[in-house]
Amino acid sequence: MADTANPGTPPAAPETTGHEWDGIAEYNNPLPRWWLYTLYATIVWSFGYWVAYPAWPLVSGYTGGVLGYSQRQTVLDEVDAVRRDRNARGQTQLAGASVAEIRADPALLRLALATGKAAFGDNCAACHGTSATGRTGYPNLQDDDWLWGGSPEEIERTIRYGARSGNGEAHVGDMPAFGRDGVLKRDEAEAVASYVLSLSGKPGVAGASLEKGAETFAGTCAACHGETAKGNPEMGAPNLTDPIWLYGSSPEQVVATVMNGRKGVMPAWEGRLDPATIKSLAVYVHGLGGGH
Amino acid sequence: MAATPTSATPTSKYMTEGEVGLGVALMVGALLCALASARAVDAPFSIHMAVFALAALAGLVTILRRYGARPAAPPRQEIDGKPNYNLGPIKFATVAAMAWGIAGFSVGCIIAFQLWAPSLNLGLEYTSFGRLRPLHTSAVIFAFGGNVLIGTSFYVVQRTCRARLAGELAPWFVVLGYNLFIVVAGTGYLMGVTQSKEYAEPEWYADLWLTVVWVTYLLVFLATLRKRTEPHIFVANWFYLAFIVTIAMLHIVNNLAMPVSFLGSKSYPMFAGVQDALIQWWYGHNAVGFFLTAGFLAIMYYFVPKRAERPIYSYRLSIIHFWALIFMYIWAGPHHLHYTALPDWAQTLGMTFSIMLWMPSWGGMINGLMTLSGAWDKLRTDPVLRFMVVSLAFYGMATFEGPMMAIKAVNSLSHYTDWTIGHVHSGALGWVAYISFGALYCLVPWLWNRRELYSLKLVEWHFWISTLGIVLYITSMWVAGIMQGLMWRAYNALGFLEYSFVETVEAMQPYYLVRALGGVLFLTGALIMAYNLAMTIAGKTAAESDPLPADGALPGTAGLAPAE
Repeated sequence: MADTANPGTPPAAPETTGHEWDGIAEYNNPLPRWWLYTLYATIVWSFGYWVAYPAWPLVSGYTGGVLGYSQRQTVLDEVDAVRRDRNARGQTQLAGASVAEIRADPALLRLALATGKAAFGDNCAACHGTSATGRTGYPNLQDDDWLWGGSPEEIERTIRYGARSGNGEAHVGDMPAFGRDGVLKRDEAEAVASYVLSLSGKPGVAGASLEKGAETFAGTCAACHGETAKGNPEMGAPNLTDPIWLYGSSPEQVVATVMNGRKGVMPAWEGRLDPATIKSLAVYVHGLGGGH
Repeated sequence: MAATPTSATPTSKYMTEGEVGLGVALMVGALLCALASARAVDAPFSIHMAVFALAALAGLVTILRRYGARPAAPPRQEIDGKPNYNLGPIKFATVAAMAWGIAGFSVGCIIAFQLWAPSLNLGLEYTSFGRLRPLHTSAVIFAFGGNVLIGTSFYVVQRTCRARLAGELAPWFVVLGYNLFIVVAGTGYLMGVTQSKEYAEPEWYADLWLTVVWVTYLLVFLATLRKRTEPHIFVANWFYLAFIVTIAMLHIVNNLAMPVSFLGSKSYPMFAGVQDALIQWWYGHNAVGFFLTAGFLAIMYYFVPKRAERPIYSYRLSIIHFWALIFMYIWAGPHHLHYTALPDWAQTLGMTFSIMLWMPSWGGMINGLMTLSGAWDKLRTDPVLRFMVVSLAFYGMATFEGPMMAIKAVNSLSHYTDWTIGHVHSGALGWVAYISFGALYCLVPWLWNRRELYSLKLVEWHFWISTLGIVLYITSMWVAGIMQGLMWRAYNALGFLEYSFVETVEAMQPYYLVRALGGVLFLTGALIMAYNLAMTIAGKTAAESDPLPADGALPGTAGLAPAE
């Protein structure tokens, strides 16, 4: 503008365009220089980027850019690098090795634990919790109480085929609904629940007869849970003398278990996770602290 | 509308072509919709067709009663040499905007708390996050924002063209028809009706209805521009027109779909796979560009100079940044699909055009802020102007953050994280809502002929409470989003992910609570605003505002609309 030619004088009021709309006029100030040059800079930068990278579609194909960049190739290379690194650390042996062999080889064990931890977070933590401590209905994997056995091989089998999962090899057998099926009346269920709770020193239903409960237990429950109520991992029957209660230890909860039964499901992971990952998970879960 | 002077020869009264045409269309529409409702193959479609039929009947009855009550002569275009502005539809849109705003902000707060504690969905399908989330986004963008845009555009185009709005029934058809679309869309989400396209969830029949309404909107706007008595078209009207035209194009192309049955709600989009994704984000990003940017810049170009009583800073800047914005924005959509199956070249174009878009976006901010030169002192005394100025600051921040997040290296960290949610809300709460609040605070006294708002002190409270809310919202989402992105990409020495997904979700929880509290503050501010506007409309003045600030502290235009 004219006033920039003479820095000595204060700038004159800028001119308006002469139009007015509903009382609104417009100055005709020039574009701010920094604004314009920044706009130019972004345009120049974009042209440079187009030269370097794939950018403009053509009739068939597109301009590839001088750097030869391909997102797909980059990903494939990265995946390849990880695979080579894992193989160098024994990934290929993992699937074939027994759990005992894995535990004997520190490098393999390290790889299995890392694989297991990552797989656990993505597949198991939703039910068993990120720290594997479980919650009502979902077993705690940190303790030494195992429904289906706590050896590495037994844990691997449970992960592979699941429990009541529909898989042909899955663990079967569930807690029947003694009340609903008419085997036990409510007072009998209350008595047996109170007896079972008394084994770990817990209070039962007020007024229930422990003798009657013991009688019912021997006749109805001992077949699976054992004469001493220590449970049986063959049938997934829990130990009833310890303080661990998957479905709660209040008298109401235990009576509900007796009356209505329980059939919690552990999914079969065979086919969803590869054998090396399942084996690694078994090693990882076994190593959480409570493995037999 | 004013009582016609007693004329010597009473003219005989006829129905206009518009009244007959729309009446017949509504009658046929009501019959067809009733039939479709009876024969529908799914319950939501049946309910929606019944809603359409009832709405058409209500429209028909209204036209007949309006005909009975109106004078024989059509409303005059001018009274005493001044345009006879049509304000009824604008008043409706203004009140609707405020009501939908409260509803949309409330649903936003509910789903924010659900992210913090998922059991707050009450285990009901109707209150699940998946259904309430589109209810929130549509309520705030299309119901609140849309009514603000339609209302202000009808106001601004009349006043800056010095011409009465074109058509008598058409503006009402646009406003009422648009809100009917909102009702159908919103109730549809609650019943589980969605085509699963983000920000374009309504199904085919709602889309068709919106197309009819939107084309009518375009025609009303164009016809009003055509009958203007000003020689030139005001800058705000360029932006409004760009918004209306482009949204029509985006809406139609993105919603091309084939219904499974013409008597059912479900449809399938015409495009599939990555083509569908590209069309969706071409739509989605330009909904941001042309609905939430161009449309609200139009509001800025009228209401900021009006309230500040200053000329617009630069006509040249407005024309350059307008065309640059229009040209650049339409390319930027692919930045929503970085590192996906979208071809590299399309990602490059999306990213580079987003970078080039930075300055064109800032042109609007510069023009708005520099318009205040010589009037900065007004910010101390006028909280309404402060709303609009702070909105421009948020606009500038969001339009810098956007191009930055479009850079592939940054996007690889930010994409899919809550940083994006924070970015969207700095634009939505800070820019779109604040410029809307400023415009509504101006508009309500003008429309209802009040000297000033009920209470400027309440505007102050609204401003500070909601600003605190926005700050809590954005900062919590920045921290949470960047943390989330860093956790996702953390690897251990063996090349395994350091964190499982569940752990990243757990880490977000405290930030979700802060965000929800920020939302509650924003909602609180809006409730104060609704009370203030309701009292203004009722013609009340709070005791504290009796002694108005000293001369010149408030703009002369704050009260009565000028040049009526």
